[in-house]
Amino acid sequence: MRGVFEFLKGCVRQIAHGDRAYWAWVSGLLLLVAVGLVAYSNQFREGLIATNMRDQVSWAFYVGNFTVLVGVAAAAVLLVIPAYVYQWKPIKEVVLLGELLAISALAMCLLFITVDIGRPERMLHMVPFVGTPNWPASLLAWDALVLNIYLSLNVVLVSYILFKAYRGQATDNRILVPLVLLSIPVAISTHTVTAFLYNGMAARPYWNASILAPRFIASAFCSGPAVMLILFQILRRTVKLPIKDEAISKIAELMAYAMFLNLFLLGAEVFKEFYSATEHTQYTRYYWFGLGEHRALVPYAWASLVCSVTAFILFLVPATRRNLVTLNLGCVLIWAGVYIEKGLGLVIPGMTPDTLGEIYEYRPTINEWAIAAGIFSVGFLLFTFLVKIAVPIYYGTFRETPAAPEPRSV
Amino acid sequence: MSESKGLKILEGDPVDPLRRNFMRTAAAGAALAAMSGCNMDDFFRKHFKELSKTDLDAVLRNVEKSNLERFGKATTVGATGPQPGVEFGYGLDLSRCVGCRRCVYACVAENNQSRQSPEIQWIRVLQMDKEHGVDLTHAESYYEPEHVPEPGKFYFPVQCQQCTDPPCVKTCPTGATWKEPDGIVVIDYDWCIGCRCCMSACPYGARHFNWAEPQLPAAELNPNQHYLGNRPRPKGVVEKCTFCIQRTRKGLYPACVEICPVGARKFGNLLDPESEIRQVMDTKRVFIFKEELSTHPHFYYFYAT
Repeated sequence: MRGVFEFLKGCVRQIAHGDRAYWAWVSGLLLLVAVGLVAYSNQFREGLIATNMRDQVSWAFYVGNFTVLVGVAAAAVLLVIPAYVYQWKPIKEVVLLGELLAISALAMCLLFITVDIGRPERMLHMVPFVGTPNWPASLLAWDALVLNIYLSLNVVLVSYILFKAYRGQATDNRILVPLVLLSIPVAISTHTVTAFLYNGMAARPYWNASILAPRFIASAFCSGPAVMLILFQILRRTVKLPIKDEAISKIAELMAYAMFLNLFLLGAEVFKEFYSATEHTQYTRYYWFGLGEHRALVPYAWASLVCSVTAFILFLVPATRRNLVTLNLGCVLIWAGVYIEKGLGLVIPGMTPDTLGEIYEYRPTINEWAIAAGIFSVGFLLFTFLVKIAVPIYYGTFRETPAAPEPRSV
Repeated sequence: MSESKGLKILEGDPVDPLRRNFMRTAAAGAALAAMSGCNMDDFFRKHFKELSKTDLDAVLRNVEKSNLERFGKATTVGATGPQPGVEFGYGLDLSRCVGCRRCVYACVAENNQSRQSPEIQWIRVLQMDKEHGVDLTHAESYYEPEHVPEPGKFYFPVQCQQCTDPPCVKTCPTGATWKEPDGIVVIDYDWCIGCRCCMSACPYGARHFNWAEPQLPAAELNPNQHYLGNRPRPKGVVEKCTFCIQRTRKGLYPACVEICPVGARKFGNLLDPESEIRQVMDTKRVFIFKEELSTHPHFYYFYAT
């Protein structure tokens, strides 16, 4: 036990030391967290009326962010597959970073759900044994379960890898490999279940399309690795993590396939909607063209499409894929494209018009933006701290000090 | 007005719903009763269906107590269970409805909805164009003419359809909403976590959320309450039409049926061949709303003339 305690103390020490850039970054994030907390206490006091959600659009910005981040969490770990298949040298680093990112993204997911629900203090009602989770019917009950399993799995894996390295011991592949392999189907299932949460709603034709889960996975493979690619480059520069250009362009190539698939599935959906042109097309029409004077999402829809197509071209052409400037531009663009498409672009049109044909145009309030900024800052902060702990362990500068000699020497 | 005497209840003792799961929780009962006795705000309470009679009594008294604190008014909160041999059905005559919305306000008054910020109404009356028929893309629910009905328009009131296969119940992650044996879909406001899955799932816009603390003047509080029905709701939970469970389980009509000035609303026991609703179904041709979703509502629309 002493080891664990020392380890935790050491972790705190790692977090508490950094250069000026580190502290500027951390204090900036802490400031945003504070803003989010103030906004949330306001919402907690007033109720969800502090948002612009209403009965007509009863899920919105928070749930949209949740959905995007589930994708990030899933895809970060799925990079294990190519890393494994192509036998990259720094596979352990890829796995580790992916898991750190997944933990941070999942923390944000759970926070977004918490701020979205009306009675967060009753969350225990959906916990097995303590509450009465409505299995197997309720997809949210399933989602809560798989997300928590996925989170625990990642926490266990990361702790195991780091603690072993901290002790200077080799990891045992008999423990590590099964856990890593298990995390792959769990990652996919978290995202699939999240898609099913929407997909299963027959009352909402915009969501009630079986293409939704495949689209979720495809877009996750775009946005998740985009974050990873940028992180790799930052860490390569700041802490000299040995990630080769080769690995980066391999990931970029895989992302190009995913982007193509994502655009193709989008096209298939758009074709079906507009060619059949039933009453159900109105949700898609609202998103792309607006209904009458209601056009709140139209600029976002097209911006998202332009971002996704441009990013696809940048990733498709080998020259721009290998050039780090255009590659990073592509990463930012695909992130923006997927963020809109899977966030507001998924949730809001699903509920506009509502089930009785009423159009209520939703736009997030300042309070919602502030809470979202706070949650993203918590995620960034968590990731920063985790990397701050993991990197020195990786380089062997943060190691267990040899135990003090026993008092009674022989 | 012989109708207002109420529904005929079939022979036989009413089932005591409080006893349903008594055995399962008998052991935990004493501890829980002690807890609710010390006013623990139902935090550690069990699911409604698992409450023993003693537990439930304590819970109901607790609601009465907090009503008194909140409104300064004595209330009676019951939990009358479903009556044997009763399955409620509702008929709405679209050819009669004039769109006056008296049902909407009678419902609000009876069921203690929040009056403003948020203004909650369980019935939504849609004004539709005769030239389009029942078409939601041409529905308008904010019509405010001087007189109804307006020429060229007809009215299509929508409230909870009390589905036989309710999609809302399916999605609820905590089992806070369920279908009772008499066909009424109910919510336990103390179990609901406010995730609003049910609102996404409901094809009829029947579920409403307390976006803020409900605003309900004490003078307008209806003191005759049902635990699963019209008792005052807290902030952050979902609510909906219960066919006036506090009235109909005692053999009264729902408030909307009683108030309707044109007799467009019919209500009764589907299992009783003599009931008004069965008369409607035998003599008229009824249809259900959004039949393609297979929710199998207990709510039937028809055109009597």
